Order: sequence, then structure tokens, then C-alpha cells
Amino acid sequence: MKVEEIQTKKTNSLSQELSRLNLLREDAIRLYYYMVLTREFENSILKLYRQGKIIGGAYTGNGNEATSVGSSYALGKTDYLFPMHRDIGAHFVKGQTPYQLYLQHLARGSGFTRGRDGTGHYADTELRIYGNISHLAAMIPLANGVALALKNRKEDSVVLNYIGDGGCNVGDFHEALAMASVMKLPLILIIENNQFAYSTPLHKQYACENLSDRAIGYGIPGVTVDGTDILQVYAETRKAVDRARAGDGPSLIESVTMRMHGHSAHDDASYVPKEMYEIWNKRDPIRQFERKLFDWGILDEDENTKMFEEINHTLTTSAEDAVKEPYPHGSEVTDGVFAKK
Amino acid sequence: MPVQPYIEAISAALWEEMERDKEVFLLGEDIGVYGGAFKVTKGFLEKFGEERVIDTVLAEAAIIGAATGAAIVGMRPVAEMQFADFVTCGFNQLVNNTASIHYRWGLPVPMVVRLPSGGNIHGGPFHSRNPEAWFFHQPGLKLVAPSTPYDAKGLLKAAIRDPDPVLFFEYKYLYRRIKGEVPSEDYVVPIGKADVKRKGNDATIITYGPTVHVALDAAQDIAGSDEYDVEVLDLRSLMPFDKEAILQSVKRTNKVLILHEDTLTGGIGGEIAAFINENAFEYLDAPVRRLGACDTPVPYAPTLETEFLPGKDKVLKNLKELLEY
Repeated sequence: MKVEEIQTKKTNSLSQELSRLNLLREDAIRLYYYMVLTREFENSILKLYRQGKIIGGAYTGNGNEATSVGSSYALGKTDYLFPMHRDIGAHFVKGQTPYQLYLQHLARGSGFTRGRDGTGHYADTELRIYGNISHLAAMIPLANGVALALKNRKEDSVVLNYIGDGGCNVGDFHEALAMASVMKLPLILIIENNQFAYSTPLHKQYACENLSDRAIGYGIPGVTVDGTDILQVYAETRKAVDRARAGDGPSLIESVTMRMHGHSAHDDASYVPKEMYEIWNKRDPIRQFERKLFDWGILDEDENTKMFEEINHTLTTSAEDAVKEPYPHGSEVTDGVFAKK
Repeated sequence: MPVQPYIEAISAALWEEMERDKEVFLLGEDIGVYGGAFKVTKGFLEKFGEERVIDTVLAEAAIIGAATGAAIVGMRPVAEMQFADFVTCGFNQLVNNTASIHYRWGLPVPMVVRLPSGGNIHGGPFHSRNPEAWFFHQPGLKLVAPSTPYDAKGLLKAAIRDPDPVLFFEYKYLYRRIKGEVPSEDYVVPIGKADVKRKGNDATIITYGPTVHVALDAAQDIAGSDEYDVEVLDLRSLMPFDKEAILQSVKRTNKVLILHEDTLTGGIGGEIAAFINENAFEYLDAPVRRLGACDTPVPYAPTLETEFLPGKDKVLKNLKELLEY
């Protein structure tokens, strides 16, 4: 879908829009809060990277906050989340703390992966978060496996997984959708179409009109949403979650947004035309929703300032605490290859 | 003790484990209605139903990935590759996802992938491979390769009950040709333990899978003609392999031939040879020898495949040179 074709829906009435989605005013505040938390957290990650405290790559989801927060907000406590590297917002919605995510990014021994892996590549079985490996599409078959277990155990939980505009060319995407569709697995797959796969633009990635068109080939619902509009993302994911929970099978959602930073912190993204940033900057998911909350009288300037302050205070102290934690001891290196030696 | 063919021992292990533990389920291509390309799971669908005997789409990455996903939430999937050759299509899942999960996440991955392997069945280049060495090199996977019905049943049960991912290499050539005693009561063959299939003092053939039988044949021949007494050590488990058993045998016989049906270069034999050289060099009376298949794709014509495989004549030639060293 071309950028100019995406129009943010104009809505006049708060109560109309929220009640249509079965959301309360508090939900609207929480959606906004998680987006702000996500962006501020990722800004702090970039800072830690520049300070040399993050030793590997630093990825952000700047521009993707409405997609990650809006979609995961449709999940319940017992649902499973398989996020990608630009979905830190989804980790927070699921209940993850900034402190744990800092430990992961800083490769500390007390983090979930005990320094074996970084960033969001961890599993938290209590919160039911299963992070990606770098071969992103490889997670879709795994998400299927969890969905299959849920179905066989007659549990009504669902699995939410994400892929990118590049990743949905990988065979695993197609194999997994083929399996999920015929087995009617409770899977929701969101394609985060953020205009670039590393440096490669969309016209070199696919020749169909919308990536959601790929759903047709698998006989499942496919829809394209404005990925900068959090309520639209929430609404469509909600439908897909309800459908999966009812036993009607998987859905594909293409959420169109823009990757506002480089692929990783090292990447200046000079291949991105400047005009694209100008266009997409006007559609910034956080400022878009902030305006709505102001217009609707749900949030005022003071409350907003206070929210930013509180978030940044939490982030600063969490990061400071995490930095104090030690790396794992080198002598542990061979521990844990197997569960049973 | 009842006598069973190798293939029936595999079926029996699956059947009994599914009866024992409701978390055990099967998935693969044509395993349900059709009962599997080799009929290993014949009758399973009728007994256990389609939720536990799943006919999947033809997509190996989806099959292995789904098994991995189900395993991390506590189920015990047994995935069938229709032929071991097709595991290449699920390679990324196994080496990047399945194998690394416990190290990275600390979560058990109690799954089994069954791999009907090996040549000698006129299968040609894509239905005859022995792919174990690729996975031997990947930390995080366990590999077993039984040669007898007893070991097949006991190792498959152990694999299903193990908390780690286990690749179960089973041999099409042995399916109906090899019969043996299999207890009807429950037992397991522990992963990581080798077995002396023939006692001897003059040399040891270290081997696994179908070449165990080639080695036994050759040892029998040489015992009759030259009165040499050759030991046959069946590794049974390739990862982990039984270092203790290897050392015990080598220190006693002082001469070693490592034999496998997989192609020679980069095969598991190289690692075993290095292990012996590093740990038992002083006990050796001859250089460690290796014999495997020729370094070619598996050929189709019987004349070519016979020449390709490490058959009895080649084993005898190697043994004689080793014994006379």
C-alpha cells in the first residue's frame, strides 16, 4: 500500500470510538503510556549503546510503537507472545519490566538468558513471552507448535507472532501459514511493513499490491491496517484474536508503518529518501494519539509531562541498577547446552 | 523373549510411549491415514486419533518448528522425516532454533526427530543419505543410531523421555532384514552408552547403524579364516558418544578401524579418531584407520552403489592390513 493511500481515520467522538472497541478511558491512557515507555526505553538503549555499555547491536522500533502496543494489547494474560526485535512495546504490554530488558541488552548474568543471548531474544515462561532468533521467519513454525499444543490441550489461549516485509519472503513464513491454515491453529501473524528490509525497499521485496494479499493463497483472512494508528491496529488484532480463540483459525494482518531509524544503531540509513521521513514524521504514532487524547480531554499537558517524568525516572534507575550487575563468569561458558548431560 | 523385526521394535516403542504419556504425539507426512511411507505408524491413527497422529502439510521446516514449539510448552512430539534426506529442508529450524533453546533460554526441548536413513535400498541420491555428521557438529542436539531391534526400541523410548532434542537415525535397510529379541516389558537403552556386539582381543571395529552388521560379518569371516579375534563396538549413541567404552576397548585391542556408512571426509569417524589419538596414543600398535562411503553423492546404479558403500570386502581388506601392521 502506498504511503499517500493511507489516511488516518478522522473521528470526532471519543466515546463512539472507544465504545466501538470495548475500551475504557483508562485503556486509552494505558495504550499511550506503553507507547511512550517504549520510545523512551529505546532512546535510553541508544544512549547506552553510544556510551559503549551495550556491546552488540541496538535495534529500535521507532515508528512501530502503535503496531507493537496496539496488537499485543488485544492479548489476554494466558495468551502467548512471539515478538520481533521492533516489538519492545509488546514486551511491556505483556508485563515485562524495563529492568529485565536492560539486563538482556547489557548481556548481564542475571538476565533471562544469563548473557547467552541479548536484546529481546529471551523467553519468560511466566509472562508467556518467547523472543525471536535473528532468522525472524523461523519463529512462525514455533509459534504454530505452541498453537498446536494449545489446541490439543483444549486451552483457549492464542499465539501472536510478528514478521517483517522482508521476512515474509522466507520459506518458513509460507510453510507455517500452510500448516496453520489447514490445521486451523489459533495464530495471529502480523506483518510489520516498515518500508525497508535493512536497506532493501518494498518494490524489491514483493510484487503484489498488499502483503496481506498473501492470505488469499492460504484461505485465511488478511487485512491491511494503518500501523501508525493504534486504535486501528488494536481493533483488527482484536478481531483476529477473537477468531483464533473461537477455533476459527489463523489471521494475517499487515500493519503499514515506517522504520524511522536505521536497521540498527550503526546504520545511518542514508538509502532512505529524506521526503519519506518528512511524510512519516507527520504520522508519528505517539504524537497522533497524544493529539487525540488532548482533543478528547483524556489527557492534559500537565499529566503528560508528569507521565514522561515518571517513565524516565523509572528507566534511569532501572538502567543504573542493571549496569551494576556483573557479566556472567567466563567459566560458565559450557553450562546448559543440554538439559541432561 | 519375543523376536521382532527392527521396524516393529520402532513401532512398539512409539505405541507404548503414546500409551504411557498423553503428551507424546506424532507428526509428519503421510503418517496417519497411510501409516507412514514405511508403515511404522500403521494403525496408530485408529488407536490414538488425529490430534496425536498428525498428517502434516509437506513442509519440513514447519514440521520441525512445530515440534520444537510444542516441546517448549511441555509436550513430547515425535516428528517423522519421511526420508532422512528431507531433513535438509528443516535444517535451519534444527540448528538455530531447536539446538540453541536450552543454552539460551534454559528451557527443555523434549522432542524426537525420526530419520529413516541410509543406502543399499536402490534409493539413489535423495533417498539414501546418512546426514548425521551435519548435526554431530551442532552443539545442543543428541544423536542416536541403533543397529538392532533391542537397541532401536530402548533408544527410542529413552529419546522420547529425554528432556533434550534427540535425532533418531533409523535404517531402512535394517527395517525388515534384521530381527532380534525384544523384551515385552518396559526398558530403555540409556543415551550415551555403547555396546560391545562382539568380544575380541586383536582389533576393534568402532561403528554404528547398518555397518555394525557388516562389521560382525567381517569379524566372523576373519575369525574363521585367519583366527583373528576382532571386537565390534557399536556406538549406538553418536552424541554424546561413549568415550569410556572406546578407551576400554582400544586399550585392550590396541588396533582400531572406525567404520561408518556415511561418506568418509568430515564424517564422525574423524572425531573418534582424533579422540583416540589424544587419549590413547600410547596404547596403539597401528595408526587408527577409517572406512566410510566414497566421497560422492549416493549413486543409483547397483554396480556404483555397491562400490560406493563400505561393504564386507572393503572391511576385510582394511582389517587384514590393520591386523598385519
